[in-house]
Amino acid sequence: MAERRPKVVGFCCEKHAMDAAVLSARSGKKYDASVRIVKVPCSGRVDGIHVLKALEDGADAVFVMGCLEKNCYYDTGSIEGRKRVNYVKSMLEEAGVEKERVEMFNASSTNAWAFPEAVTKMVDVAKRLGPLGKGGEEQ
Amino acid sequence: MIVAKRKPVGEIAEMAAPYKKVAVVGCRSCVAICLAGGEKEVKMLVSALKVKNKKEGRKQEFEGLVVERQCEKEWVKEVEETILGADLVLSMACSLGAQTIGDMYPEKLVFPGLNTSFFGVPEEQGVWTEKCVGCGNCIIHTTGGICPIARCAKSMLNGPCGGSSNGHCEVNLEIDCAWHAIHERLKLQKRLDLIEKVTPPKDWSTSHSGGRRVYTRDDARLTQHQKKGKEAVQ
Repeated sequence: MAERRPKVVGFCCEKHAMDAAVLSARSGKKYDASVRIVKVPCSGRVDGIHVLKALEDGADAVFVMGCLEKNCYYDTGSIEGRKRVNYVKSMLEEAGVEKERVEMFNASSTNAWAFPEAVTKMVDVAKRLGPLGKGGEEQ
Repeated sequence: MIVAKRKPVGEIAEMAAPYKKVAVVGCRSCVAICLAGGEKEVKMLVSALKVKNKKEGRKQEFEGLVVERQCEKEWVKEVEETILGADLVLSMACSLGAQTIGDMYPEKLVFPGLNTSFFGVPEEQGVWTEKCVGCGNCIIHTTGGICPIARCAKSMLNGPCGGSSNGHCEVNLEIDCAWHAIHERLKLQKRLDLIEKVTPPKDWSTSHSGGRRVYTRDDARLTQHQKKGKEAVQ
């Protein structure tokens, strides 16, 4: 039986994060195809409910990627994104769910490594922790 | 406004665990402003509980909904169908909201999702501070608009205790000394003479110590005849 491919969702801001993803592809960098990219106008637009909903609907791990905090296209968007990711992590911890399943990354549009590195890290987490529904039937 | 804080997700999940169908009912008033039980918080809690159940292989049904003001029967009535159809109502309002649903549907189980904390104000984004304890006998006209009952750890009535230091409270140096603040405010208002006025021991019978308080306004109450008329219309 083929190995199960982990499900990783990445919310990427359309500024630096998406540019970094495109640059990594153009530079010939490889990353795991398990990732589903959701392009958002700004990482600050990502709300906790989006991250939780992704987990609820079958993602094994979710990450948010925004601009560098001191060089955010919308000034403080990626700071907002990180705060929300941290809040979701705290909720998961309270619920007894591994908080490593959710992570925030920052990238510069000129960094070809940032995106593949984030994907690799989250795919590793997803593989290590396995699917959320493994404890029983998925809802 | 009433300030509340969500209970930890694990604690809520444990309370709700024995029940199959759970209605999570939020409130768009105070608890929405203090980011504890509004629409977004209800959605996030429902989602977090579903994620937890998914991990643990537990099957439960959650329905999240929000009413305008959970402490008013008229608004609760709007979600009556969901409440009656649920095994458990998890209230994401303050305790008043939870108790209102409990009083309206005494056969239903209503559990609190929030810890109701205090009467407070939004000090800055993400910060709420206690400013009133609802003692039933307001004296802030004599204290520069600052309540010593709520803001002094010892509810002192005639100036600070010996623990006031550089404007801070001995209980916690991050808390401002209420009486220092009152002194500064009265000085600013050129009413420092008030600080010398001796306030006699407070009559706490208007506070909670007198048992449950009921406030009525006869001019607003309906007569039996009016009640019958209203019931007939409904």
